[in-house]
Amino acid sequence: MSTGFRRSRHGLRITLSADETTIIRTLMEQLLEILGELPPSDPGLAELGISDNREAPHDPVLARLFPDGYRDDRDAAVEFRRYTESALRDGKREAAQTVLATVREPGEITLDDDQARAWLRALNDVRLALGTRLEITEESYERMDELDWDDPKFPMFSMYDWLTFLQESLVRALG
Amino acid sequence: MSSAAAPVEVERPRSEEDVRADRPWLAIVWNDPINLMSYVTYVFQTVFGYSKPIAEKLMLDVHHKGRAVVSNGTREEMERDVQTLHAYGLWATVRQDV
Repeated sequence: MSTGFRRSRHGLRITLSADETTIIRTLMEQLLEILGELPPSDPGLAELGISDNREAPHDPVLARLFPDGYRDDRDAAVEFRRYTESALRDGKREAAQTVLATVREPGEITLDDDQARAWLRALNDVRLALGTRLEITEESYERMDELDWDDPKFPMFSMYDWLTFLQESLVRALG
Repeated sequence: MSSAAAPVEVERPRSEEDVRADRPWLAIVWNDPINLMSYVTYVFQTVFGYSKPIAEKLMLDVHHKGRAVVSNGTREEMERDVQTLHAYGLWATVRQDV
């Protein structure tokens, strides 16, 4: 298994196996698909970077990736979404595309700081998506240890666990 | 936080609206079980330029108290901060101080 990210003189390095490369690529492609499910805006408004979505998305994963900017003021939340949602989506999409562009095949990869920061955000978005689907709570980390190998949720939990390790190692390497 | 010296003379009584307009706006980060503590600290350092001890204290406030005010200023500034925090995947909202 990968030993995580390390800072070297040339940038942030990681070695990924064939399986790990496939997992990361698949998850990033799935993230792009989820981002594409956000209802599109009227093309004229979209060109101005304005969204005509008024409410947080119904899907819990999309709602977590695109949260309300105001909690107790609905009108303000609508306005905030109108002016920030499409830029937020574009940023998330670019980060996932940076990951896909930098991890094409197994082996060692080296990232510059900008690429590493994009990786950090994209890894976080994938963990938010997966964690929301798994209904992760503060207690889940204990539950994970008790989970049986044949539990249907086991593969998703262990993937989540691995992404957590990966992100943690990247934060440390960047910090 | 610093506070201005008390005025010697009150020139005119301020209406309630004036008082409300003076209240600062806040960016609040809410606790969630997915974002890593180390990552949240990193985001506070990167976005606000806070020192590691301050960023860590804010992160722990979010973790233990469920939320923390991470910056304050004009409404536009706070909306910008919250937009940036959303880009990092943190759960953040804008509110006027009470």
